[in-house]
Amino acid sequence: MCGICGCGEGHSHDHEHEHSHEHGPAHSHAPGLNPKRMVQIEQDILAKNNRYAATNRHYFEERGILALNLVSSPGSGKTTLLTETIARLKEEVAITVIEGDQQTARDAERIRATGVPALQINTGKGCHLDAHRVGHALESLQPKHQSVLFIENVGNLVCPSAFDLGEAHKVVILSVTEGEDKPLKYPDMFHAADLMILNKTDLLPYLDFDSEACIQFAKQVNPRIKVLSLSAKTGEGMEQWLRWLKAELELQRIAYA
Amino acid sequence: MHEMSLCESILQVLEQQAEVQRYRKVKTVWLEIGALAGVEIEALRFSFDMVVLGSLAEHARLEIIEIPGQAWCLPCGCNVDVQQLYDVCPHCGSHQLQVNKGDHMRIKELEVE
Ligand SMILES: Nc1nc2c(ncn2[C@@H]2O[C@H](COP(=O)(O)OP(=O)(O)OP(=O)(O)O)[C@@H](O)[C@H]2O)c(=O)[nH]1
Ligand SMILES: [Mg+2]
Ligand SMILES: [Zn+2]
Repeated sequence: MCGICGCGEGHSHDHEHEHSHEHGPAHSHAPGLNPKRMVQIEQDILAKNNRYAATNRHYFEERGILALNLVSSPGSGKTTLLTETIARLKEEVAITVIEGDQQTARDAERIRATGVPALQINTGKGCHLDAHRVGHALESLQPKHQSVLFIENVGNLVCPSAFDLGEAHKVVILSVTEGEDKPLKYPDMFHAADLMILNKTDLLPYLDFDSEACIQFAKQVNPRIKVLSLSAKTGEGMEQWLRWLKAELELQRIAYA
Repeated sequence: MHEMSLCESILQVLEQQAEVQRYRKVKTVWLEIGALAGVEIEALRFSFDMVVLGSLAEHARLEIIEIPGQAWCLPCGCNVDVQQLYDVCPHCGSHQLQVNKGDHMRIKELEVE
């Protein structure tokens, strides 16, 4: 910072640009004299979203709710995985779902057809859900204590990675038809996720998909990531996913009790 | 294109701060953008110009300070430079890396009047 007047001159980024901040000969821009001045802000651009996310997280913790944020590119099978999961779990566990899509309520309708409450959020041009909208969805959904809340994000392997919704985990779903290099091509999402689900394994015989390489790539981006492989269509591998879910729910419930 | 919503968040901060810090116009905005923050700088500039139209920051200049990525290598026990989230440690080749710098985006300061 400029040692004389505190105007902010002297940063590493100074004055290659024609920064119009007039250091006149008299150096006279003391507050109130020259209308142009520097203001320090030092604020995270995501601060507002992060505040709402913290509120949501607190809400979940107070109620022992396991909230999962499901992210993937369009069509990798998020809604199919959810309907299949709900069919197997709903007798044991209370479940609610928030569906994020740019348009239509089709996914929320698919979920409601399984008999659990679902709320659709249409983001319009928005490419991701944000914590503020999820907070409002909670007000109307009122998920039960000790239940599971699935949040299906907008199909997009890039943008939702930056927006914390207050979830316990981001779960990234990658279908084997998308190619094993996706963790490297879209590293932000795989970095942000705690679990990767390789879906549509029933199609493996028809593809050159290299599962080993895919898992290797995912771990390269995120050494802590866990991996499950399954087919939401045939049910192969669903058992491990259900066990993972129940274990995570149990952790939330222990913290709540 | 989440750059659009990032710019909307930036504008909200500018508007909010206008009351606190008593300014009417924003001439320049300095942002610190981490190399690992998942932000496309060109898309950010493009979105910014659109989002600030008709606001107190219309025609404001965006100055971007790029913050290089850094991670803690567990095997080496030291910080190393990383350009990408899939980079390996330049010393030992491990990817047991924990990013500790360059994954944030911040509004640093403003030139206002
Ligand atoms: N073969 C096969 N097809 C699947 C599997 N899971 C989902 N699909 C199909 O993939 C297509 C997309 O599935 P959705 O569940 O709608 O995918 P989504 O991720 O919810 O899609 P968006 O919400 O639009 O992003 C549908 O035709 C599903 O039937 C699977 O395990 N195997
Ligand atoms: Mg869907
Ligand atoms: Zn190392």
